[in-house]
Amino acid sequence: MNEKNKLIDKYSAKVYKNRKDHILQLEDLDEAQSIAANTRAIPGVMTARGCCYAGAKGVVVGPLKDVCVITHGPVGCGFYSWGTRRNKARADEDSGGKNFVPYCFSTDMQEPDIVFGGEKKLEKAIEEAVALFSPACIMICSTCPIGLIGDDVQAVARRTEEKYGIKAIGYSCEGYKGVSQSAGHHIANNGLMRYVIGTGDKAPAKKFSVNVLGEYNIGGDGWEQERILKRCGIEVVSMFTGDGSYGALKNAHLAGLNLVMCHRSINYIAEMMKTKYGIDWLKVNFIGVGATCKSLRDIAKYFNDAELTRRVEEVITDELSLIYDDIEYYKSRLTGKTAGIFSGGSRSHHYQVLLRDFGIETIIAGYEFAHRDDYEGREIIPFIKEDADNKNIETITVERDLALYRERYSEAELEALGAELDVDSYDGMIPEMNPGNIVVDDYNHFETDELIRTMKPDIFFSGIKDKYSIQKAGVTSRQMHSYDYSGPYAGFRGAVNFGRDVTMALYTNAWSFVSPPWKNEPMLVGTIGG
Amino acid sequence: MRQVAIYGKGGIGKSTTTQNLTAGLGEMGKKIMIVGCDPKADSTRLVLGGLAQKTVLDTLREEGEDIELETVLKTGYAGIRGVESGGPEPGVGCAGRGIITSINLLERLGAYEEDLDYVFYDVLGDVVCGGFAMPIREGKAQEIYIVCSGEMMALYAANNISKGISKYANTGGVRLGGLICNSRNVDGEADLVQAVAKEIGTQMIHFVPRDNDVQRAEIHKQTVIEFSPEVPQADQYRTLAQKIDGNDMFVVPKPMSIDRLEAILMEHGIMD
Repeated sequence: MNEKNKLIDKYSAKVYKNRKDHILQLEDLDEAQSIAANTRAIPGVMTARGCCYAGAKGVVVGPLKDVCVITHGPVGCGFYSWGTRRNKARADEDSGGKNFVPYCFSTDMQEPDIVFGGEKKLEKAIEEAVALFSPACIMICSTCPIGLIGDDVQAVARRTEEKYGIKAIGYSCEGYKGVSQSAGHHIANNGLMRYVIGTGDKAPAKKFSVNVLGEYNIGGDGWEQERILKRCGIEVVSMFTGDGSYGALKNAHLAGLNLVMCHRSINYIAEMMKTKYGIDWLKVNFIGVGATCKSLRDIAKYFNDAELTRRVEEVITDELSLIYDDIEYYKSRLTGKTAGIFSGGSRSHHYQVLLRDFGIETIIAGYEFAHRDDYEGREIIPFIKEDADNKNIETITVERDLALYRERYSEAELEALGAELDVDSYDGMIPEMNPGNIVVDDYNHFETDELIRTMKPDIFFSGIKDKYSIQKAGVTSRQMHSYDYSGPYAGFRGAVNFGRDVTMALYTNAWSFVSPPWKNEPMLVGTIGG
Repeated sequence: MRQVAIYGKGGIGKSTTTQNLTAGLGEMGKKIMIVGCDPKADSTRLVLGGLAQKTVLDTLREEGEDIELETVLKTGYAGIRGVESGGPEPGVGCAGRGIITSINLLERLGAYEEDLDYVFYDVLGDVVCGGFAMPIREGKAQEIYIVCSGEMMALYAANNISKGISKYANTGGVRLGGLICNSRNVDGEADLVQAVAKEIGTQMIHFVPRDNDVQRAEIHKQTVIEFSPEVPQADQYRTLAQKIDGNDMFVVPKPMSIDRLEAILMEHGIMD
């Protein structure tokens, strides 16, 4: 019996039937692997998933530094989504010198507001926000009760635009929508596409320019990527949405190429920008030394310019020489270890590549809210069966913008490029993995504990919800959602930080030295009768 | 203290029946409080002689939690006390949540005095959501009367409300006391309502005939018993009051399937 079967064997018949399709133990990799994903979690199973609001506000629009993102609802949703993802941001020219990321805006809905409706309170909050911060853009994120009482946040946004002459967008991203935070990503993507992208006219100054999509600048990851891209002579027009701004997103349609980091949370925009503005996208990965080199070379291949290619090679050589000693040292300490990663919808793939740089094999990998294409690759998309839950989330279709559409390459040229470069495509996480490895969709607490017990990874990467139970069980654990207040981990310098943090964690695994009393002392005391 | 909730299809005459009935109980010397659970706040105008008081929720919104009971609780005909929960304008907010808030607040303010014989909850329409079921949850109303007529939609609603009652009857102590037929002059009305009541497992506690004396009294913001105590319709309400005061038939209703309900309607010729 393999580890997967041992795991699901513990489940009741009904749960077994559901979970068996969400868990894969890879065998013959030549065969197509199919996994169930993006479906409802079983009640009581202790899923690690978040909600639709977390996806829209917490992930996608929250990091926009010049946007006053107002959480419309009771204060808890706003408070507990405040700063938890460590999306770093600095005021800059595009943001008009503003940075609201350190703030938390909420309408703090109270009982009478629920009973009588909250639109007036929301408008009051907007009035205060405009007076105190004069933001260029306001975004309203609805929480669960707003959907129940039916406040019309889109109408409030329209009135805000008329009254103050600023951009305002209302999102109906109530927590209960969809099956996970993935629904919120989609809703936020739709809003950015519809109301923000394409409304600016500041063209890039450099010949080669990109948007970095799905990079949230956690621990400064985005800054490291920007530093490297700049060194290569590539202009970053906008970043979606880490250290991003409404001011920069407006001009995103004028960039030469879209780079997609987190495929799950932002692929909708990548695809729609291709249709509407003709911008191609490349799935990149700046997590990992080798991965960063490959991503840079892919960008150079796409732009197909001798000078750029030379510059990229120069930068790679220089950056590698600067980190070589550190990487070699950490590699010597880490080679042969094994890891498990449970993260949201992309990191479980990205970090496998970085871990391999240090000789660590990832034997368990799972996503909270990914769809089948994130596991199996985009070719699967036409075959994904739509269910009522997907259909409940708004999908928008865009058409070619006749004024702004600019074909970067003809179909024939793209095909020629395609021989050595995957444009507008993503193969998913599974091809990254080896036989025997476990892939889990919508992992839960029990599966985390059980897989750690049977697969015995040396280190486990996950989020705040499961970190401490793993750590206290004596298994080294690092947070992939906030980097345990460290980072950046992206790019060349980030790889060194990561190697250092992982080495420290593995060699200072304090909890494994602690014996809890129940291991040595009897918990029940009694006397033998007679 | 008997706590009674009155439900029924919208427009069927719940508020009118409740107030005329409580006037009858008041005349018998009972001490009564009516809690209006309708955002329109018109459940107590006949006993108080007009829209007399501020609603609980309006007061809560304006004053915060520091509310004097006297501002929301007024005394009218025969010492009947009336309070209106109130609520949002149509199309905004959550009226159901409002009722929950309001009843909790009334309890904390001490509106439920020991010497009350009856508390009546006059509840908006159908049991559309959790808020409107509040009076029958958590041990508040113990008995329920459904106002209906021989019209099909009124009986549909009565059956649906019975579903709500049977749900809460299993967890709390709420029971159905009977159907009150507020006649619309439908053919064979009393027989039909009686048949439906029997099928649900309850009784038609009284048949209130249709009479313009009710409208005349309403225009003068009074109950029939106060406005024209001598007319036959006043006696109808006195009889209803006596029947409710002496009622000992409290059941967990057995709601029917829609098919069964339609079959009964068919038998009584209503669906021809």
